[in-house]
Amino acid sequence: MARMKFLCDAERCIECNSCVTACKQEHEIPWGVNRRRVVTINDGVPGERSISVACMHCSDAPCMAVCPVDCFYKSEDGVVLHDKDLCIGCGYCFYACPFGAPQFPQTGAFGVRGKMDKCTFCAGGPEPDRSAAEFQKYGRNRLAEGKLPACAEMCSTKALLGGDGDMIANIYRDRVTHRGKGGEVWGWATAYKLPAGGTPGAQPGAPGAAPPAAPPPAGGTKS
Amino acid sequence: MLLTRKTDSAGTPGSRLYRAMGARIATMDRRAFLKRSGLVAGAGAFASQLPYGTMGKAQAADEANVKTEVHRTVCTHCSVGCSIDAVVENGVWTRQEPVFDSPLNLGAHCAKGASIREHGHGELRLKTPMKLVNGKYQKITWDQAINELGDKLIAIRKESGPDAVFWVGSSKHSNEQAYLLRKFVSYFGSNNCDHQARICHSTTVAGVANTWGYGAMTNSYNDMQNTKCALYIGSNAAEAHPVSLLHMLHAKETGAKMVVVDPRFTRTAAKADYYVRIRSGTDVAFIFGMLYHIFKNNWQDDKYIHDRVYGMDKVKEDVMAKWSPDKVQEVTGIPEAEVYRVAEMMAKNRPSTIVWCMGQTQHSTGNAFVRASCILQLALGNVGVSGGGTNIFRGHDNVQGATDVGPNPDSLPGYYGVAQGSWKHFAAVWGVDYDWILKQFASQAMMEKPGMTVSRWIDGVLEKNELIDQDSNLRAIVYWGHAPNSQTRGKEMVEAMKKLDVIAIIDPYPSATAAMAAMVRKDNVYLLPAATQLETSGSVTASNRSVQWRERVIRPLFDSQTDHAIMYAFAKKFGWGPEFIKNYEMWKPDGDAKWEEPTPESVLREINRSTWTIGYTGQSPERLKLHMKNQHTFDVKSLRAQGGPCDGDYYGLPWPCYGTPEIKHPGSPNLYDQSKNMMHGGGCFRANFGVERDGVNLLAEDGSYPKDCEITTGYPEFDHVLMKKLGWWDELTDAEKKAAEGKNWKTDLSGGIQRVTMKHGAHPWGNAKARAVVWNFPDGIPQHREPLYSPRPDLVAKYPTHDDKKAFWRLPTLYKTVQDTNVKDKVSEKYPLILTSGRLVEYEGGGDETRSNRWLAELQQENFVEINPVDANDRGVRNGEYVWVKTPTGAQIKVKAMVTDRVGKGTTFIPFHFAGWWMGRDMLEFYPEGSAPIVRGEAVNTATTYGYDSVTMMQETKTTLCQVEKLTA
Repeated sequence: MARMKFLCDAERCIECNSCVTACKQEHEIPWGVNRRRVVTINDGVPGERSISVACMHCSDAPCMAVCPVDCFYKSEDGVVLHDKDLCIGCGYCFYACPFGAPQFPQTGAFGVRGKMDKCTFCAGGPEPDRSAAEFQKYGRNRLAEGKLPACAEMCSTKALLGGDGDMIANIYRDRVTHRGKGGEVWGWATAYKLPAGGTPGAQPGAPGAAPPAAPPPAGGTKS
Repeated sequence: MLLTRKTDSAGTPGSRLYRAMGARIATMDRRAFLKRSGLVAGAGAFASQLPYGTMGKAQAADEANVKTEVHRTVCTHCSVGCSIDAVVENGVWTRQEPVFDSPLNLGAHCAKGASIREHGHGELRLKTPMKLVNGKYQKITWDQAINELGDKLIAIRKESGPDAVFWVGSSKHSNEQAYLLRKFVSYFGSNNCDHQARICHSTTVAGVANTWGYGAMTNSYNDMQNTKCALYIGSNAAEAHPVSLLHMLHAKETGAKMVVVDPRFTRTAAKADYYVRIRSGTDVAFIFGMLYHIFKNNWQDDKYIHDRVYGMDKVKEDVMAKWSPDKVQEVTGIPEAEVYRVAEMMAKNRPSTIVWCMGQTQHSTGNAFVRASCILQLALGNVGVSGGGTNIFRGHDNVQGATDVGPNPDSLPGYYGVAQGSWKHFAAVWGVDYDWILKQFASQAMMEKPGMTVSRWIDGVLEKNELIDQDSNLRAIVYWGHAPNSQTRGKEMVEAMKKLDVIAIIDPYPSATAAMAAMVRKDNVYLLPAATQLETSGSVTASNRSVQWRERVIRPLFDSQTDHAIMYAFAKKFGWGPEFIKNYEMWKPDGDAKWEEPTPESVLREINRSTWTIGYTGQSPERLKLHMKNQHTFDVKSLRAQGGPCDGDYYGLPWPCYGTPEIKHPGSPNLYDQSKNMMHGGGCFRANFGVERDGVNLLAEDGSYPKDCEITTGYPEFDHVLMKKLGWWDELTDAEKKAAEGKNWKTDLSGGIQRVTMKHGAHPWGNAKARAVVWNFPDGIPQHREPLYSPRPDLVAKYPTHDDKKAFWRLPTLYKTVQDTNVKDKVSEKYPLILTSGRLVEYEGGGDETRSNRWLAELQQENFVEINPVDANDRGVRNGEYVWVKTPTGAQIKVKAMVTDRVGKGTTFIPFHFAGWWMGRDMLEFYPEGSAPIVRGEAVNTATTYGYDSVTMMQETKTTLCQVEKLTA
């Protein structure tokens, strides 16, 4: 059984927003609602990096923990979903979520009575798979069609990976091995405690220069 | 301990969720995941993807009665050529799916491609023909539009001659439509036609073709996977060609170096190993500064230069004399160590490639910039090499194709020029008498004189009549798929619009042209709704010269007609309908609901029969469609099909694909590549400039030839005489002999000369040296010249611009006068900031189409000026507030300040996709009702200044001057 995960490779993300528009058009998401967005740090200076962020489909999801009406549920694939018929739009999940994933549209199909809306990993909601009701409330159910989330499938540089966590880990590990370095901005600096004052991604005196720590292995065609 | 309280709650029988779970997801196993993930490099890995044409047929029960079709098309935004599977249900475009099989994009898209389905709805499109009546657009019928507009154009033609009308064609047309438009304007009797390529890569096309043969990207996006170092200079690919980065970032992961040289720290720079900030407009100084280190350290490829390059010795003298590191720093602002490092990276990591776009081309010295880049690559022996080359990224989806076969003022399709022989060649192809075409023109002289350019049409209207090189000033303009806000000097453009007798706009969107015209006129403006490329079929040429076939997704929306149907309607109105469609099959793709039009297939066959110069001859519609159906058989790195029905072909038969389709030339993945047999896509530099100059041999030296060629030295281009001398003539069939007698490889309509020369492994265009010195250009060796609006008047004396020109593309063109006046008037003191412009990823071109797409418009809602914190603070400007950007033309535009280190001190940047505001005022009221783009803003080109390339009339957009002022009142 798969456990679905997203991973955005900051070394590849070019902030092109294809994930954002892919999501919007696939699910007909109204103006002003962003299930997914691209976040950039160090904008315009050496060390500029971006990642695309949506619901992370946490294994132990804080939104599920705090929801007063218990509208969340988790699919067999580890996708965190919710039932808009149960949701009271209180916004408590918004407090709990570390990523700002929950959205609270006011109008339209997604926002009847201000229900919460968020990324479904393109897995719809509690209604029958691929039914009109499901589409109206939650958008397309691509997993039920044997497809992966539209954002990851259309990513311009294959920075955004979406699918079985094991597979994604393998792909990312392969890239890291080829590069001879890991993610310098999100994750690793925190996890491995880079020396104080060291700016990830930038070399002093040489803007943008970041030669690999070790020579990359020869050959290899994995993308 | 887990945060969640009730991990098993979903399983409680009877709960709503339990019910829901019963109908839940068909989960995805590893195999399914791999299929969908698109994460492996080889296209072959996706072979098990749903087969072409069947995806989407399986529908859920409540969708059972829906008629679902899937059409494979190609994105209509940029030149990468991303495939799209469009899902159409009961005629409505409901979904789009990524095409993992495409070797060009492997399913990937940027924000524009990922939301292209909006075009299938297009609520803000121009829906019916309209005309301006007393300052307001009113709906009219197509009959009225064709008749009224047609009569007006006929009257102007009669009174003032055919050259009084200017036709602005489109790089968004398919190859077939672009080709038809050149024929259309020819039959109207004029060379006054142009399209986006003029203001995009005209300097590249002229500069590069004059260096070695063809004015096109030598390699491909895919081939960048084979490079060891890429130098991006004048390209922000991460925003302008996002999917190209898929290949480059992959190369980077396998060890390639990436260098970006740009006035801005672009998003491309953010991905580079090394970034160098350059003063806008000083590329020759920088590249020759690199060459200084290359020559000094003997990093050049001497054997390559000896065998395949003319004039490098003269370039070396010039470089060593003029571009010592101190001078390079004085001009570019870049210290020696940084120049040295870039030179070393390019020299020591070969094959290395260079990438450039508008950053090099859009200058009054653009032709010199691009040639300097070519010379750099020739010195390093990088041209004709996989992983090397000059990877020149084109802009629009079909700007390459429209340049190759479309409405150019100085050439008939296939770069045949406009000399008498060229007209005779096309008269034969079109099946009309040469004399009949001649009769359509004002005179033979006008027929053989290149027309005006889109960058200068405003001067064709405004310039004094005695100073222009044609009888009448322009009296009418037809904007046929082209934005106005991509051309400079907008303030003067509206003056020209006021003065014209009639303006016609043929476009899927009313475009800023409609609003600008309505702002200054009361009448005689016509808007005709054209279909998009998603509403017709046809071929499109990506930047890497691969030709792809688009299937039609939906029928033309609203009252729109296809461009070729509109051309035929006007051809009939002008009285030469039968001549226009002589060789074509006609059909009505929508029965009586829409007009009759030529089938794109039959037009492509005529292109195949005529364009021998550039090898658009082998790409029959059948071969192109076969490629689209078998995309999965092509290797991503080499683009070559491995087995299957296209075995041995390169994807999209990248031109040149010489000979007839029957001889099955596979296309040329990398130009001038001697490591391959001619019949496997090999080549060499073109013999187009004679066999010797001043006693120096211009042909390739002994031992330098395409693999397996029977002639192992240089040779001139092939004609019937050379064929006979070599004893190859008798290998032609009798029919071929008859057609080839007296002809050469470009004019032999049988293709026999090409067939036989290639059988001997020889290139039909000869085997010559590339020219480091292009003696027929104003600067044979590229020279740095300060821009007309230079921020450095102290350098103008040292590096002055050209002298003024009379009758240049029919117009007087100023250089020295403007520059000297600017120095005298101390313009750079009043306007001390460099103003440069460029792209955003969300929008494309003039932006009317993309700013009307709600999914894109939401992401960029206002135009802005990037300004360095120092410059902002010196002016009391704060981030996010409106400012005036003022330029020496007297124009001022209102944009938001984006205070950022992305631009250096002294430089400002404004994206050029916006229009719909005019110097502070929203132009909403001037658009046809319900057709204004969602996002409107100031067009930077309202404020840009004079300046044109000394060879091609490319406009200067990248280096001019401005002042930024806090908004008061």
